[in-house]
Amino acid sequence: MRQVLLDELPATPSGPPGPPGPRGLSTPADSRPAAESAADLAARHGLTVSGARPTLPAYVRRLWHRRHFITAFATAKLTAQYSQAKLGQLWQIMTPLLNAAVYYVIFGVLMNTKRGVPDYVPFLVTGVFVFTFTQQSVMAGTRAISGSLGLVRALHFPRAALPLSYCLQQLQQLLFSLCALVAILLAFGVPPTASWLLAVPALTLQFTFNAGLALVMARLGAQTPDIAQLMPFVLRTWMYASGVMWSIDTVLKDRHLPHALTVLLEANPAAVYIDLMRFALIDSFHANRLPDHVWAWATGWALLAGVGGFIYFWKAEETYGRG
Amino acid sequence: MADTLTRTEPPEAKTAPAPTVIADAVDIVYRVHGAGTATGRGAATAALGRILRRHRDGQERGVRTVHAVRNVSFTARRGEAIGLIGTNGSGKSTLLKAVAGLLPVERGRIYTDGQPSLLGVNAALMNDLTGERNVHLGGLAMGMSRAQIRERYRQIVDFSGIDDKGDFISLPMRTYSSGMAARLRFAIGSAKDHDVLLIDEALATGDRSFQKRSESRIRELRERAGTVFLVSHNNKSIRDTCDRVLWLEHGELRLDGPTAEVMREYERFTGGRA
Repeated sequence: MRQVLLDELPATPSGPPGPPGPRGLSTPADSRPAAESAADLAARHGLTVSGARPTLPAYVRRLWHRRHFITAFATAKLTAQYSQAKLGQLWQIMTPLLNAAVYYVIFGVLMNTKRGVPDYVPFLVTGVFVFTFTQQSVMAGTRAISGSLGLVRALHFPRAALPLSYCLQQLQQLLFSLCALVAILLAFGVPPTASWLLAVPALTLQFTFNAGLALVMARLGAQTPDIAQLMPFVLRTWMYASGVMWSIDTVLKDRHLPHALTVLLEANPAAVYIDLMRFALIDSFHANRLPDHVWAWATGWALLAGVGGFIYFWKAEETYGRG
Repeated sequence: MADTLTRTEPPEAKTAPAPTVIADAVDIVYRVHGAGTATGRGAATAALGRILRRHRDGQERGVRTVHAVRNVSFTARRGEAIGLIGTNGSGKSTLLKAVAGLLPVERGRIYTDGQPSLLGVNAALMNDLTGERNVHLGGLAMGMSRAQIRERYRQIVDFSGIDDKGDFISLPMRTYSSGMAARLRFAIGSAKDHDVLLIDEALATGDRSFQKRSESRIRELRERAGTVFLVSHNNKSIRDTCDRVLWLEHGELRLDGPTAEVMREYERFTGGRA
């Protein structure tokens, strides 16, 4: 892997060493002048500055080259999680099921709440699982660099591999949760329909959004580790504003909120992805309950966060793990 | 320093192999945040004090600098095995990290051929996974392809000697003894061919027979690879593996030359064989 990054060095013709510089009349017997500078010697042999940031296309290529590491690291983290438990990998599916059971007992049985929402338990559980996906990705992203300094300081790889790998781990976790969710949907009499397939594009967009956000948080968290202490509060606030436990459109219908607030609530990326999944999976959640241009919002957020987050992370590539 | 014997670089002969690492007047400075207060980092009052002080005089007072490497220059060439020696805290490991591109230099430049890599994948391995999965994970972390790992898998396991006493490779690494784990880590780390290989005290692990095997492995790597750098306090392993030695003291390059000469001076300095 030899990269040419010597923008700052004087352009020296590669190939056979010629007399460098304007002093062209050096003795031909000794192929180089006695005082050849280190920079000239380096340039003549194609050496590059250690630890410099690659260009964006080169960075993407290296990241692609490491794709197997990204997936292997994610799977390894996922399996290592429950390796000490007696039931082992069974917990992958038990944890989300128990989670959903708690919500069912509290909201479905004890409070018997519907809040004007049909199929409230599937509505709630979908919201919780989808928001948890974003929440955990952001949290894991914040610690992706600052929590893996040993790895960053010992080995060379594009650092974006770490936050991306953590997001992939969360995606794998979500797929287990979705198995539990399907069981709950069927148990509550929600019929399987062709619209379930819409979950695939919705989750793809959400994953891109999560990955971008995780990359941004990874850079911030690497520079200021204190952010990891703050994030749980930010994320909880975000959850309450995202209509995980209540229906945004029902609330908006009854009240006359300022237009800006309505737009803000409806354009909130977490709310957008949650509503798309509910629309895909729950039969009674009709299209008229979705905000306008919801797919455009979903795609826009994914592209903005994905591309912007990647570039933002790459800009500080050479600084991670230092100092 | 009056008795500095650093020689000027000999003029490049026509047959001299290509350079692989060039250090050009390198200075490395560490910045330690939160140091320099009597109470240390842990105390909340100290942290608060730092913030307040910074507000008052507008500069970072809680940051202390450590000048770890000063004005070091050398040129390493293909086929060389270079030992780095010096008393504790003389800047050997710091210099190695900078060559690997993992630490920034304050002044000067380090040019390298390809990507020098530190020997060691410890950080990528997970104790809860089996030895087998760790071989794959470690290989991928070092940038090997899946096919390369499959091809060398048997070699890595045999070299580590993990399976000598039964089928341990299919058990989680947390069940290994510390010696077994160290052997497996070295076996994984040395499985890849490196252009420039940097080794920090890696030979001190394992029992005597494994040390012998790792020394011969280093020699192999050196023949196949470009250049090997070895940091060690074991003068014997430096003598056995290196043909050139850089002696650092207080971050300065004190001597650079053939192993026998430099080691003689170094042993005189430290007072006998270490």
